Amino acid sequence: MKNRMKKNRDVLTGTHYAMGNVAIAEGAIAAGCRFFAGYPITPSSEIAEHMSLRLPQVGGKFIQMEDEIASSIACIGASYSGTKAMTATSGPGFSLMLESIGLAVMTEAPMVVVNAMRASPSTGQPTKTGQGDVMQPKWGSHGDYEIIALAPWSVQESFDMMIDAFNLSERWRVPVVVLADETIVHLKEKLIIPPASRIRRIERKKPKVSPEHYKPFKTGQDLVPAMATFGSPYRFYASGLTHDERGYPDMTPEAQNTLITRLNDKIRLHRDQIVQVDEFMMKDAEIGVISYGISARGVKGAVREARKKGVKVGMFRLRTIWPFPEEQIKAFASRVKQIVVVELNYGQIIHEVDRFTGSTPVKLLAKPSSEPIHPTEILEVIAG
Amino acid sequence: MKKGELKEYGHPLAQWIRGDRLPFVFCSGCTIGSSMTCLARAFDRTIENMDNLVIVSGIGCTGRASGYFYAGAYHTTHGRTIPFATGAKVANPELDVVVFSGDGDIVAIGGNHFIHAARRNIGITVICVNNFIYGMTGGQMAPTTPSGDYHTQSTPYGNVERTFNLVDLAASAGASYVARWTALHQMRMEDSFAKAILHARKYGMSFIEIVSACPTYFGKYNKLGDSIDMLKILEKISVMTQPLSVHPHEATSDMSRIVCGEFVELERPEFTQEYQKIIDAAQQG
Repeated sequence: MKNRMKKNRDVLTGTHYAMGNVAIAEGAIAAGCRFFAGYPITPSSEIAEHMSLRLPQVGGKFIQMEDEIASSIACIGASYSGTKAMTATSGPGFSLMLESIGLAVMTEAPMVVVNAMRASPSTGQPTKTGQGDVMQPKWGSHGDYEIIALAPWSVQESFDMMIDAFNLSERWRVPVVVLADETIVHLKEKLIIPPASRIRRIERKKPKVSPEHYKPFKTGQDLVPAMATFGSPYRFYASGLTHDERGYPDMTPEAQNTLITRLNDKIRLHRDQIVQVDEFMMKDAEIGVISYGISARGVKGAVREARKKGVKVGMFRLRTIWPFPEEQIKAFASRVKQIVVVELNYGQIIHEVDRFTGSTPVKLLAKPSSEPIHPTEILEVIAG
Repeated sequence: MKKGELKEYGHPLAQWIRGDRLPFVFCSGCTIGSSMTCLARAFDRTIENMDNLVIVSGIGCTGRASGYFYAGAYHTTHGRTIPFATGAKVANPELDVVVFSGDGDIVAIGGNHFIHAARRNIGITVICVNNFIYGMTGGQMAPTTPSGDYHTQSTPYGNVERTFNLVDLAASAGASYVARWTALHQMRMEDSFAKAILHARKYGMSFIEIVSACPTYFGKYNKLGDSIDMLKILEKISVMTQPLSVHPHEATSDMSRIVCGEFVELERPEFTQEYQKIIDAAQQG
């Protein structure tokens, strides 16, 4: 890809053979990202490396910080300076970033965090794959909050999802986590980058009132406040403390209730505009396999094989992990006789799925062994 | 006070302070407020475009300061002022970014960020109000608590740890302007703040330590009297030095002697300006 890069171009339209990490970086730049702060960690480091090369070409900024805590909060600073910002990491770094993810939720800073998941917990197996961090974006930071998390299953979708991630983040003023995994980020596949005119970029809502009348956390019907930035005539105060519409700290129970309700509802009430799922061979399926990310690649192969043998099986793929596709799972569960959940951990998303499947039986294929799940393993579970 | 009262009374610093947020959260006798006054006066002298001013503070007593300034202001999580400020400054180098926070915030939990910002020499001003103690959490030992027979809620038998010399730390990590004053030295503090802001724009990270008085905790636990008594002690133990006449390593600060003055002033390459050269080369090349 390097020799095909043209200077000053932020959308490298054309057909490429690219690594997932490079697709993620190019997707971010195409989405308008102009700030990256990061700390090296396997298997995500190529995202930082590619950004350090590419961002200056398009007038953007790359900075290597002293740790992941600093990287993630530097993104909030850059976001408040009016720039689309991101960082990328893997499990151990993501654990450190959860503090700032909470702050970004609380102060409604748009930013994107890529977690190239690896075998975990702790240092685990840095060069091996896993899907053990899927609950972490939602439950890892303290307190009640809603967040958006997406899971790509190919190099192409890594590029496409970065554009979605930035757009969702700007639209809903919430951090968006892209839960890639080691296999996807190190995979090399065909990547088609569309013309710039075909890439839709959403920008955060800007204040329409005069600076004297601006209240940084006052919202309209969509529950998303307009965002002023540093360096503008709009002088505002934003705090991780519970605050009122003016951004001023307010330690009353009413203020806590009002703010937390809004921060959660702004995502919960707009699931229909956020959640994306994908189906494969589901039309007449009696067995439905629910999966996401790299595991869904194995499921697709297994479904094809099973269909050859006449088994009526299909796949339901979670493109959005958070907010969890509750309604979609409910509807899906009512269409099949058996559900199988396939994931590369010791059983995580199964617990969310279980809440919405009603009386439809659910089986689990969970594998915490750090190698992608082979279609034959999935076939055995489908057959059994 | 009522909303907008500062402006209605023609207060000379009204344009820098959010009148509708008064009174301050600080205890009576606390010297954070007087340091904020010096900072507002320094803004009067240095900030041509108020829109470009950003004030960042973290957690703790001094951490509450940013919310009282009528500027772009942000209240971070504990210790993260400097990386937040770094992100804001890198994304928009036109901004004058001032970090105003406490000793626990900047050199304990945020210590790693502090040394790396200094090493990077990013063009921000870092002001550390050092009151020797964790005030907001009820008076526990800080890395700045004097060694020996000094009592806090977490050192009931005295403090066996060594005291951090923040001037030495900032200088060895690479900050290009380093000074220390006490809360008593209002004129010097104001001059130094103004100098630091202008320095940060051109030559990189400025660091100023303000040795402050906390009568509520440090004063009470160590029987140092009220705020006036504590300021008298600061007056007695502080030593004024000529600019750049004392090596930062010798610029010690404890309860017997607080060496005040300017210890570093260097014209070093500033991070965002150096990075702009990279952008220019990458776009042309």
